[in-house]
Amino acid sequence: MKRLLPHPLLTLTLAILWLLLVNRLNPGHLVLGLLLGWLIPFATAGFWPEHVRIRHAGVLLRYLMVFIYDIVRGSFHVAWLILKGPSRLNPAFIVVPLELKSDLGISLLANTISLTPGTVSSLVSADKRTLIVHTIDTGNPDAMVAEIKQRYEVPLKQIFEEGDV
Amino acid sequence: MIDILLSLLILTGAVFTFIGSLGLARLRDFYTRLHGPTKATTLGVGCLLIASAVYFSVREEGVSLHEVLVTLFLFITAPVSAHLLAKAALHLKVHSLAPEPEQARNEEQIP
Repeated sequence: MKRLLPHPLLTLTLAILWLLLVNRLNPGHLVLGLLLGWLIPFATAGFWPEHVRIRHAGVLLRYLMVFIYDIVRGSFHVAWLILKGPSRLNPAFIVVPLELKSDLGISLLANTISLTPGTVSSLVSADKRTLIVHTIDTGNPDAMVAEIKQRYEVPLKQIFEEGDV
Repeated sequence: MIDILLSLLILTGAVFTFIGSLGLARLRDFYTRLHGPTKATTLGVGCLLIASAVYFSVREEGVSLHEVLVTLFLFITAPVSAHLLAKAALHLKVHSLAPEPEQARNEEQIP
């Protein structure tokens, strides 16, 4: 089973992507999408060293909700900061110690941080233990680190890693 | 009714994209400038794409979900480019308003 279908999630994603790309739903395209989704993982096997497994779909769903809410909230925040004027900004680099171990988890955390306005992840240390994040305006760096860990890292750890370690 | 909704979405999108570009011009150092444009894409382009999806689903037959793909690819690529820019800037020691982190300096010694 694992050799015939190495990445079931990737297969499903590619099939859905194909349907979105052709922008219509009919049996022919569904079959073609599934076929592509089945073949492409073989060609790109080298890029997927990890076996991705989602452990808690519910947590993932809640994570996405929090993520979208934070994008909206943060966009207003950053827009307000830009309009208010650059002289009153208080930018800083903050250092987030990482508890996530897998490359996928770390990349997702870094991407989430970059997408939520007000923060850009800038550097992952060579030992993958810390993430340096630039934030556009902060009064209290420690609280920000705690918020990032609480809001994003804990659920990501639950979704992708629990039981692995 | 649908027209009002669409206009609101397009206006919101345009305003956020504009503020993002304004940030690029007004902010003072490389790192803070990075926030303006990368952030405008998230909500500004998001609103524009929702408007586009709604318009084509209502005006033409069938649901149009192309826009979901644009959003998806944007969400995958935007943070990666922002991260690489910031990383390159740290390596080159670009002038920064915020004090540079200790770790970045140590990182230089590791080949």
